[in-house]
Amino acid sequence: MKRFTFHRLWAMVLKEFIQMRRDRVTFGMMVGIPLMQLMLFGFAINSDPRHLPTAIRSADQGPFSRTLVAALRHSDYFQIVAEAETEAEAARLLQFGEVQFVINIPEDFTRRILRGERPAVLIEADATDPAATGPALAAMRAIADSVLDRDLTGPLAPLRARGGAIELRLHAHYNPENITQYNVVPGLMGVVLTMTMVIITGLAITRERERGTMENLLATPVRPFEVMVGKILPFILVGYIQVTLILLAARFIFGVPMVGSLLLLYPVALLFIAANLAVGITFSTLAQNQLQAVQMAFFFFLPSLLLSGFMFPFRGMPEWAQWIGSGLPLTHFLRIVRGILLKGNGLGEIWPELWPIALFLVVAMTVAVKRYRQTLD
Amino acid sequence: MSTAPDLVIDVTGVTKKFGDKTVVNAIDLQVRRGEIYGFLGPNGSGKTTFIRMLCGLLTPDAGAGTCLGLDVRTQQAAIKLQVGYMTQRFSYYEDLTIRENLDFVARIYGVPGRRAAVERSLERLGLQHRSHQLAGQLSGGWKQRLALAACLIHQPRLLLLDEPTAGVDPKARRDFWEEIHRLAADGLTVLITTHYMDEAERCHRLAYLAYGNLLARGTVADVVAAARLNTWVATGPGLRALADALRGRPGVEQVVPFGNSLHVSGRDAALLDRAVAERRAPEHEWRRIEAGLEHVFISLMESAEDNFT
Repeated sequence: MKRFTFHRLWAMVLKEFIQMRRDRVTFGMMVGIPLMQLMLFGFAINSDPRHLPTAIRSADQGPFSRTLVAALRHSDYFQIVAEAETEAEAARLLQFGEVQFVINIPEDFTRRILRGERPAVLIEADATDPAATGPALAAMRAIADSVLDRDLTGPLAPLRARGGAIELRLHAHYNPENITQYNVVPGLMGVVLTMTMVIITGLAITRERERGTMENLLATPVRPFEVMVGKILPFILVGYIQVTLILLAARFIFGVPMVGSLLLLYPVALLFIAANLAVGITFSTLAQNQLQAVQMAFFFFLPSLLLSGFMFPFRGMPEWAQWIGSGLPLTHFLRIVRGILLKGNGLGEIWPELWPIALFLVVAMTVAVKRYRQTLD
Repeated sequence: MSTAPDLVIDVTGVTKKFGDKTVVNAIDLQVRRGEIYGFLGPNGSGKTTFIRMLCGLLTPDAGAGTCLGLDVRTQQAAIKLQVGYMTQRFSYYEDLTIRENLDFVARIYGVPGRRAAVERSLERLGLQHRSHQLAGQLSGGWKQRLALAACLIHQPRLLLLDEPTAGVDPKARRDFWEEIHRLAADGLTVLITTHYMDEAERCHRLAYLAYGNLLARGTVADVVAAARLNTWVATGPGLRALADALRGRPGVEQVVPFGNSLHVSGRDAALLDRAVAERRAPEHEWRRIEAGLEHVFISLMESAEDNFT
C-alpha cells in the first residue's frame, strides 16, 4: 500500500466540504464571527473616548468662567449634561454614574485670573475606569490654556506665562491612584460568569438531544419549566463559587478596595448568573448539536466582552454600539460590581442597572420555555 | 367511540404526516389488557411513529381514541404517568450508574417508597451486584435490562417497547421474553415492535405495518391463514438457476433461498402448482409446506410495495 495517495486525501477533503455545507449554523458562524469582529473592532471600539458626560459647578459668573464653560461645551471630550448647584448634587451625579466628571469653577475665578493668582479648577473624576479618564484630563488642560490665552491679550498677556493662567486640580474618586486592576478585576467577575455560565447550560439540552436521552425525558411527566430550572439551579452554585474565588483574589492578591456591601453584591449576582444561564438554555433549545451551542455562546460572548465597557470605555463607543451594549446583562453588571466595590453604592444607586438584568432574565427564560418542545413534532 | 373496559389501547384512524409524506396512515388498533401485542414491519414502516403517538411524544394529525382510557390527543400528560416507554436507542444516562439512573426515573415519576422501589427493581432484574456500574460501560444486553427496569419502576399499566431486542444476543433475548410474559401474566399490557420472526410468534396477537398501512392483524394463525399463501420447498443442486427460472412465472410471487433449500410461494395454488410442475426435475426434491410468518410478511411487504409506492 502506498504511503500517500491523492485519491484518499481527496476523499477526505470532499467529505469535509459536504459536511461543512450541511451544517448551516457552523458555516454561518464562520462568516458571521469575522464580520462581527470587523464591525465591533472597526467601528464600535474607541480607546480614546469622547463626549464624556460632565457636570459643571460654577460659582463664578465672570467672563472667563463663561468662556471656559463655552469652550468645554464645544469640545469633543466633554459633554455638559448637568449644572450642579451644590456640592451634594455634584457628588450624587458621580455616585450614580450619571457623569464621569464634575468641573468645579471657584468663586472669584475671573477676578483671580486678572490678579494673576492662578485660581484652581477642581476636576472630580469617576476613576473606576481609568482608561476613560486619562485622555480627557489632558484635553482639559489644552482647552483651558488655548481658550484663556486667546482672551489674555494686550496688557493681560503676561498672565499667560508660568504654565497657564489657571491651575487644574484633579480629584480622582473611587480609584485615586488610577490602578487598572481596580477596574479590571471586579469586571472580570462578570466576564467569567458570562463565559462559563452561557457555555455550560448551552450544552445542557443539546447534550440530551445528541445522546438520545431527550426522547426518554419527553416520555416522562417532567414539565419544561422543571427541566429548565432543574438544569439552571446546580450551576447557580457553580457561579457563586466563581464569584467567591474572584472576590477573594481581588481582595488578597490585587488589593482591590471593597467599599460597598458584599451582602448586597451576592444577591445581585444571583440575578446576573441566572440571566446568563437562561441565555445558555435558550441557545441550547435553538442549537441542533453541542458544537452549534458553543458557537452561539461565542456569538453572545464577543459583543459582551467588547461592548460592555469591560475592555474599552463604554462612553467612548458610538451611540448604536452603546445601544447594543445596554441590551447585554454584562454591561449593567459591570457597573453594579464596580459601583458596589469601588464606590460603595447601595441598592438605590444600582437599581437603574438592576432592572435591565431582571428584564433580560425574564425574556430569555420565556424564549427558552417557549422553544423547549414537549413533543418530537 | 365506545371503550370496552378491558381495552388498553383503542384508537381509530390514527394518521401522522411529516411534510407531505404520510408516515402512519389511518391505523385502527385495539389491544386488550394483559396482551402482548407485536408490531411488525420493515424499517420506516411507521412503527416507531405510531408508538410515539401513543405515549404523547407526537401529536396525531388525524384520528382519535384512548390509551388506558385517556384521550390520546388531549390527555397526554396523564398517559405519560401510566406508560413505560423503552426507546429504540438506549436513552438513559451513560454517565450515571445503574442505581442513579433508576433513582432519577423513580424521582421523576414520584414513585412512593422510592428507595425500596429501586431495590426491588434491581433485584427483579438481577442488576443488584452491578448497581454501581456506569450505564455507559454495560453491554447491549445489560443496557436493555436496565432500560426495562427503568421503564417499569413506576409500575406502568402499559409497556411500549420499540425494538427492545435489537443487537441483543439470543440468550438475553430469551430471558427478556420470559420476563415480558411474566409481566403480561400479572396484567401488564405490552406493545412491542420487532423484526424477529421468532419474537413475533411469542406475541399473543400481532399487526403488520408497511408504508404506514396496517396490512394484517390477528394471532399468528389468523395472519398466516388470511394470507392464503401456498409454499413449495425444493432441495438439491443448482438451486440458483432454478430460482432464476421460476422468478416471474405466473403464480410465483416469492422465490427465497433458505440455506440449502428454495422456498417458492404464491397465493393462487393452481397457478403455483403448474409453475412448479413445469420446472420439476429429478435432481430436485419438492414438497409442500405450510407457509410460515416470514413468507407471509415478505409477501405482504411485496404487495404493499406495489400498492403504496
